[in-house]
Amino acid sequence: MATAAASRSFLQVAATEEAVAPPLRVVQIEGLVILKIIKHCTEFSPALVTGQLLGLDVGSVLEVTNCFPFPIREEDEEIEAEGANYQLEMMRCLREVNVDNNTVGWYQSTLLGSYQTVELIETFMNYQENIKRCVCIIYDPSKSNQGALALKALKLSDSFMELYRNNEFNGEKLREKNLSWVDIFEEIPIKVSNSALVSAFMTELEADSPVTQSDYDRLQLSTNPFMERNMEFLIDCMDDLSMEQQKFQFYYRNLSRQQAQQQTWLQKRRAENMARKAAGEEPLPEEDPSNPIFKPLPEPSRLDSYLITNQVSNYCNQINSVAGQSFSRLYLMKALHEN
Amino acid sequence: MALADQTVLQFFPLSTSLSAKVHPLVIFNICDCFVRRPDQAERVIGTLLGSLLPDGTVDIRNSYVVPHNESSDQVALDIDYHHNMLSSHQKVNPKEVIVGWFSTGFGVTGGSALIHEFYSREVANPVHLTVDTGFTNGEASIKAFVSINLSLGDQQLAAQFQEIPLDLRMVEAERIGFDILKTTAVDKLPTDMEGMEATMERLLALIDDTCKYVDDVVEGHVAPDNTIGRFISDTVSSIPKISPSAFDKLVNDSLQDQLLLLYLSSITRTQLSLAEKLNTAAQIL
Repeated sequence: MATAAASRSFLQVAATEEAVAPPLRVVQIEGLVILKIIKHCTEFSPALVTGQLLGLDVGSVLEVTNCFPFPIREEDEEIEAEGANYQLEMMRCLREVNVDNNTVGWYQSTLLGSYQTVELIETFMNYQENIKRCVCIIYDPSKSNQGALALKALKLSDSFMELYRNNEFNGEKLREKNLSWVDIFEEIPIKVSNSALVSAFMTELEADSPVTQSDYDRLQLSTNPFMERNMEFLIDCMDDLSMEQQKFQFYYRNLSRQQAQQQTWLQKRRAENMARKAAGEEPLPEEDPSNPIFKPLPEPSRLDSYLITNQVSNYCNQINSVAGQSFSRLYLMKALHEN
Repeated sequence: MALADQTVLQFFPLSTSLSAKVHPLVIFNICDCFVRRPDQAERVIGTLLGSLLPDGTVDIRNSYVVPHNESSDQVALDIDYHHNMLSSHQKVNPKEVIVGWFSTGFGVTGGSALIHEFYSREVANPVHLTVDTGFTNGEASIKAFVSINLSLGDQQLAAQFQEIPLDLRMVEAERIGFDILKTTAVDKLPTDMEGMEATMERLLALIDDTCKYVDDVVEGHVAPDNTIGRFISDTVSSIPKISPSAFDKLVNDSLQDQLLLLYLSSITRTQLSLAEKLNTAAQIL
């Protein structure tokens, strides 16, 4: 798809600019960016850090060619300006050395996969206003210690963004659009690309040993601390989820009670009107907006419960995969011992 | 080819046993900057950031390129840019300080001496890293130098660049897996299970090799090497001696724990789908 786009002339591409952009299918990251993200996140782990991604938006591929980290922000208002200055300074300096100056998103580190928060969604909305297509890359340093590269590229789904923008997060609209909690975030597959020079260097520099550090990490038998923390987070999230459910129950109970009150009031009005008609007077209106029982109750936002549900399912997935790996390791140990 | 055992060219014995360690990120950064250099520049130079480890080695962790102009007789370096980038980087990681500078291209040229002088004003005893992007000798040579001043009496004669041992720590690169970093394109990041499979295959290959070696030695094909023999016996004896029944119990207990966790996670999932149905299906009458 990218090569087809390159073979058209510039004029043609400029002319078709108005067409709807093809949906984002793949995020292509350079090895350099991966190394930088890993270095930044592991250096500051367990603190959570963020950084900016730079690259190009080509057809249905989003290329990420460079990145730079953000300094840890204090919660002070006057340092806000410093943060913006830092960003401008970095972008300016990088442009001088021919690095792609185009922001395509940001990356952040996470702890055991607990990244679905309202802040993430707000950041997405902020970025989306300025950039047509942006992506968020999540890196989990604790999971990568187990030997897997825990890198994910996320984007908000379009239907969710529409709903969020219009702030219509109630049951009706959600059922209309058939949006469930899995539809909030879309995970985009990642491709890795390296320049030929770098791959030549890496091929030369690869150590000859038959076993690498990643093997040592994967064959480690003690995963208990990781699992324990995962379970702790899971339990906390379940508590949050049950709290949200209670909120909903409360709301529905109040709603039905309010409706019952409305019915009785209406009955009384109707009876009154019958009496008035019999007496020959004007019937009173059947609605009374000033009456507090007619005030519409605010429906609690479902956003939080969706996010929590997402997190819980994330934890479950992680537990599953780590347990699967532990199984393989245990069977391996058993086989070795028998020999 | 193992670049870890560099031979150190010494004309004079080094007064300090200085050595350097380079992280793979630095190499990646340098290559990327080289690829993006402006057309008229033949080489790129830049600053190396890192720290000085307590045992005297220089740990090179990060780098950034600095625009420069080079002609046959003079060298101009954008010092403001250098200081700006330094302060930006230090906002993120204040522990990383200047430890030297790098340049692409093979060997040390005349202009490098001037640049080295500039950097020696910023930090004491800077390390000069050359990364040969042109693959001049048909191999990737990455060398580190320090400069020693040659003086005759009171007069400065020249600055001599002496090579110091360089350790390319590829630990982080190994963690990610060289397969991702080596090729020019990887279509999909490997999942956990694939990684596990690859690891187990490698382990199996190692065990096979060892068995073959032992067999060969026993049958007399290969001359026995005592050190290797001792290694093997150490490894085998490091497996803790547990009776088979105790070992089985251990394994089964762990298996049961994992199964319990799996069960809990599936219950949680069911609960989630149920909760979702309840929340969104409730109709307002």
